Amino acid sequence: MTTNILLETRALSRNFGALVAAREIDFRLEAGARHALIGPNGAGKTTFINLLTGVLRPSEGQILLRGEDITEIAQADRVKRGIARTFQINRLFRGLTVLENVYIAVSERLGAAATMLAPAGKRLDVIEESMHLLETLNLQDDAHLRISELPYGRQRLVEIAIALGLKPEVLLLDEPAAGVPSAESHIILNAIDELPKHIGVLIIDHDMDLVFRFAQRITVLVQGAVFADGTPKEIGANADVRAVYLGQAEHG
Amino acid sequence: MSAVTSPSERPVTGSTLSEHTAAQMLIGRHRLRLWEPLPWLLAIAFYFAFPSYLGFGTDLLIWILFALSLDLALGYAGILTLGHAAFFGAGAYTVGLLAYHGIWSEPLTSLVLAALVAAAIGLASGLVLLRTTGLTLLMLTLCTMALLEEGANMAHEWTGGFDGLPSLTIPPIFGLFEFNPLYPETQYIYTLVILFLGFLLVRALIYSPFGESLTGIRENMLRMHAVGAPVRWRLVVCYTISAAIAGVAGGLWAQTNAYVNLTTLSLDRAATVFIILILGGYGRLYGAFVGAVAYLVLAHFLARLYPTAWQLGLGLLLVVIALFARNGILGIADTLWRRFKTRRQPS
Repeated sequence: MTTNILLETRALSRNFGALVAAREIDFRLEAGARHALIGPNGAGKTTFINLLTGVLRPSEGQILLRGEDITEIAQADRVKRGIARTFQINRLFRGLTVLENVYIAVSERLGAAATMLAPAGKRLDVIEESMHLLETLNLQDDAHLRISELPYGRQRLVEIAIALGLKPEVLLLDEPAAGVPSAESHIILNAIDELPKHIGVLIIDHDMDLVFRFAQRITVLVQGAVFADGTPKEIGANADVRAVYLGQAEHG
Repeated sequence: MSAVTSPSERPVTGSTLSEHTAAQMLIGRHRLRLWEPLPWLLAIAFYFAFPSYLGFGTDLLIWILFALSLDLALGYAGILTLGHAAFFGAGAYTVGLLAYHGIWSEPLTSLVLAALVAAAIGLASGLVLLRTTGLTLLMLTLCTMALLEEGANMAHEWTGGFDGLPSLTIPPIFGLFEFNPLYPETQYIYTLVILFLGFLLVRALIYSPFGESLTGIRENMLRMHAVGAPVRWRLVVCYTISAAIAGVAGGLWAQTNAYVNLTTLSLDRAATVFIILILGGYGRLYGAFVGAVAYLVLAHFLARLYPTAWQLGLGLLLVVIALFARNGILGIADTLWRRFKTRRQPS
């Protein structure tokens, strides 16, 4: 495998008082990677995402994007540099239409969102790109519906659409299929399969079927620290991982 | 699931925008609708039909402008404020102080100054307040207003304190149209024109990409951060513009009444404009119009019927709105219209 490192953390740590939520995490995400982050509840997965996106500041350590230190850079600027995420629990603009949800993301990226006096409907480039994105996710027929009128599985798809509207190089998917009824989960899986190949994708999930189907590489996080790291085969064969994590997955 | 179709059934093609209702809705959203001239025609008709009520009419138009400014901040951006009279009062006192002390009294430029002063206060307080949300924000907006009111009260050598600044002399507009306190025809037309300009500004703002992003902040602030929006800056800009418009409304109030007093900065006024907007429907552009008309007309007639207990009627109405019609009068109209349309569709 060629080393083309997109996102890297070096000894990244974060404490909440006495609680260590992230402990000297060394992590690498390569361009075009399909990487999964797994771990039991409270392992610090969401903290790690929040550190990467800039919601939280690390207590120690560094975050590098394409070799450049972004540890001190604000959340909005990291988005501009190409890090986008979805949320474990839907964070959508519920009162707006599906199209408007994506429009907001695209217009932010293209710098249209600061336009104060010309109508939003005149930015045909933004609308066109948003509609095109919805078509690739097969959401075009729902584009006029408000989020609150949409079944949950399709709402999860809008989460992904908003993130893709930012044209990210790094995409962080926080439990993309969480809460989706199994009858609908294939639309999420299909969407993940269809993600642009060049994007480095990090998926955080409990769903082992999804993780093993999707990931080329898996990092296991336990109590805030990297417990194991390797290909799905290696992780699946790792006795320690099975003991602390995979064995428990049957209950979840 | 019948709603789910596999990609193979519907090939993805580079279809044009005109095929999508959603795109058409967004593209045509800002266009003038057929009924939109109606409020303005009614306002002009009012001028001819009720010449003896023009004082009341002027007051009504000022309330609409004030409620419109609140709608931009509260209804669209979701900035929870109960202290919007701070900016109304700032505008009113700007006009009042300049005119009373003989510094400047030309009406139109005075309004510009009122807007600037209110905007400056909005910007300064917004930079601090808009770091917070929810109840904290609500309390801080109240505090800002209380501080200004107490400041105006204590600086009585300039502001007249509790008595305010009486009998301001406002020169004719363009040197032609005089403000006549008994026949407020000039005041009415003048206020209507300013309201129209303010309305055009608010309308342009809410249909712009900027307005769309304000709505996004109202709907989900966390997500707006995650799409890289400068959330606090947007809120500060919105709050400043809203303050400027409220300042113009206050300035108009001072000019058309020819006096200023502490009621322009009072909680009573801030609460009333809040009620007007809730009553009409917030985040709807025309909620300010409907709410102000409903509130003032109701207050007018209730006060005639029950001079001592008229506020009871308004209180009851507000309880009913809060319980059954969270989106105000326009919300009710919207629901009825949708039901009417869906009933007609199957036949």
